[in-house]
Amino acid sequence: MTDTFEPKITAFVCNWCTYAGADLTGTSRIKYPSNVRVLRLPCTGRIDFMLLAKAFARGADGIIISGCHPNDCHYTSGNYHARRRWMVYRNLMDFMGIDTARITFSWVSAAEGAKWAELVSEVTTKLRAMGPYTEYQELALAGVE
Amino acid sequence: MDVNEKAKQLLEAGTVQAVAGFQTGTRGVRRPVFIRRAEDTGRLVFDPGCRHNLAQYATRTPVKRLGRLALTLRPSGIRALLQLMAERQIQEPDVLALAVDPDGQVTELATAEAMEAHLALTADPVPADDQALLDRLDRMTRAERWGFWQNELSRCIKCYACRSSCPMCYCGQCTMDCNRPQWVPPPSHGLGNLEYHMVRAMHLAGRCVRCGDCGRACPVGIPIHLLTFHTEAAVQAQFGQRAGASAKLDYALSTFRPDDQETFIR
Amino acid sequence: MANLYQLSSTSLDALFAALLDDGRRILAPTDRDGHSELNPVQTPADVARDCLQTTLSAKGAVFPKVEQLLGYSLAPGQVQLADPERRAEPTVLFGIRPCEAAGFQALDAVFNWGTRDAFFNARMASLAVIGMSCTRSDEACFCTSVGGGPGATRGSDILLTPTAGGYLAEVLSDRGRAIQALAPELFSPAPADADQAVLLAQVPVAFDQPALTAQLPALFDSPLWEEQALRCVGCGACAFVCPTCVCFDIQEEGDKQGGRRLRTWDACGFSQFTLHASGHNPRPTQAARWRQRVYHKFSIYPDRYGQLGCVGCGKCTRACPVDMNLREHLLQASQAQAQAQAQAQR
Repeated sequence: MTDTFEPKITAFVCNWCTYAGADLTGTSRIKYPSNVRVLRLPCTGRIDFMLLAKAFARGADGIIISGCHPNDCHYTSGNYHARRRWMVYRNLMDFMGIDTARITFSWVSAAEGAKWAELVSEVTTKLRAMGPYTEYQELALAGVE
Repeated sequence: MDVNEKAKQLLEAGTVQAVAGFQTGTRGVRRPVFIRRAEDTGRLVFDPGCRHNLAQYATRTPVKRLGRLALTLRPSGIRALLQLMAERQIQEPDVLALAVDPDGQVTELATAEAMEAHLALTADPVPADDQALLDRLDRMTRAERWGFWQNELSRCIKCYACRSSCPMCYCGQCTMDCNRPQWVPPPSHGLGNLEYHMVRAMHLAGRCVRCGDCGRACPVGIPIHLLTFHTEAAVQAQFGQRAGASAKLDYALSTFRPDDQETFIR
Repeated sequence: MANLYQLSSTSLDALFAALLDDGRRILAPTDRDGHSELNPVQTPADVARDCLQTTLSAKGAVFPKVEQLLGYSLAPGQVQLADPERRAEPTVLFGIRPCEAAGFQALDAVFNWGTRDAFFNARMASLAVIGMSCTRSDEACFCTSVGGGPGATRGSDILLTPTAGGYLAEVLSDRGRAIQALAPELFSPAPADADQAVLLAQVPVAFDQPALTAQLPALFDSPLWEEQALRCVGCGACAFVCPTCVCFDIQEEGDKQGGRRLRTWDACGFSQFTLHASGHNPRPTQAARWRQRVYHKFSIYPDRYGQLGCVGCGKCTRACPVDMNLREHLLQASQAQAQAQAQAQR
């Protein structure tokens, strides 16, 4: 059964860097797994930590978050705020027992089409081995009489 | 001077209109009391059983209407006042901190500066049993921690005693009560409990003054304060910023350094 | 007494086994990590010893903290309704106190007022109560002030009273007799001189409740309520642990694939409880909300349902983060009118 498991990956990416970079991956005709569903936001600074929790609650087996490299944010400092937020939230998630190995954070610029493909491929392979995030999905159904 | 004498002095002189302190209640528990008349100050007590962070009342309208408020406080209460000042929720002239030392002697702290100086001289470590539990959690595997929190959080009934007891949860309309959109589900089911406590811990990251009131308030005994204690310690370790250190805002999640160090971003 | 029997401690094992064999779930007070909770048990050994009361009340057996009312799934052009099985598992509540047992009547008054609540009724129909009299009480208890008592029988199908070597057992209803019939050999006639009263806790009456109920309309504008509510933090702990509190919220959860409608506990202490869509809140202060709590239980309930909305269990007092002792507050309220009159005379 695990041979047929294909992880569902939700990717939250910023419009100016990673989204453009992913676009470049396509125009460069680089192949990468189609497990990823890309959600475009103006900036990683806009990523509410709860979006990650909601993604897991809705059945994502893994999450990718990606934006502009530090110092290259289209809005100057959005990614710095995001980085801070992720440092705190990732720590909290791990403390509460959420599987942070299923979440990958990265900086992918508009020119890094190859990096995006590599990232998604690696994450997909890793998640395929880890299996579905049933623990969290069961929680989404628990506690109702 | 002990709390009773100090309260009497302050009320008689009209320095304050009310003293927020503790009195003995049911089965010997200590509970908050608001003394307005000098002749009632005999009711006040301050001992290791007095744990509530009375600073949470400094932002409540019925208490503010009493006038200038003196509060008998532990170090966490003084930290709370400073943090509330930093967040512009209270003003220095409206409150008078009464720091009570282990001998029961009271020190008046009328200014933010005085409060900061006092805190700098006061050791206030995390209580030993809390630290022991935090250490135990740190030693667990991720899966064990999930099991621990799911076991604890399954008891949560969403009474919001934790939120209501927290001095830093002063929002008139908490974002989690907003129903357009209903971002966090109110029901006390698996997801509703997890998301609520997760949001609360994040909203307190860098703001928690470590009074532990949330954990004590919980009627079903969930050690919920460990979430905020842990997050506060993480913020301090990672960014060097602490809640309640000063009346000047230094909030970790609205500031950044270009060279913030992390190990997990590719 | 015709319905008074005795049960030995050791025969409880056989009684539990008979109940389980009969397909019933047994919920009893248990010790879980130092907390007293009602949980399913298999044997009397699982039942907590020395538990005065559980933190949460037994109402969860018939009015759960989260309950699904309906579910649905969506596909293009169709909606499929899933009427959940009314999950009324045959259940016996064992070892709950007379005060908690009395609470079911107050729940019934609301859940069967006008519309009959199918979910509550299904669970009540499958429920039997084996209560346990109190041999001790604490400062939060005031059952005797509200028409109850440590050995009161209202709401129990069988009431046990601990005695030397076992229990006195009063079999009080058809459901109680049905349980007795599962293992009649365990119930031997009680000795003729069996005196239940002497075994019970002493719970002095704290205040004159009928007098208080009569005074409440005149006390509506008293400054007393604001004074009492000063330390109240506005959480829902008191309402949620209370055996008679019945307010609930209905939540819709759904997305493009389907959803469910849930019923959850709600509390009048919450600041937004009476917030209107217009933005107006008829109970804008904690004082108004605290006053409403007292009035609902001691004035509105008697008017509307002919019974009190409080059983004097004291759970609210024990659960409250700031020790809002209901008995104390009620005693103060019952003295308020007399005090005000004495003041006026001076």
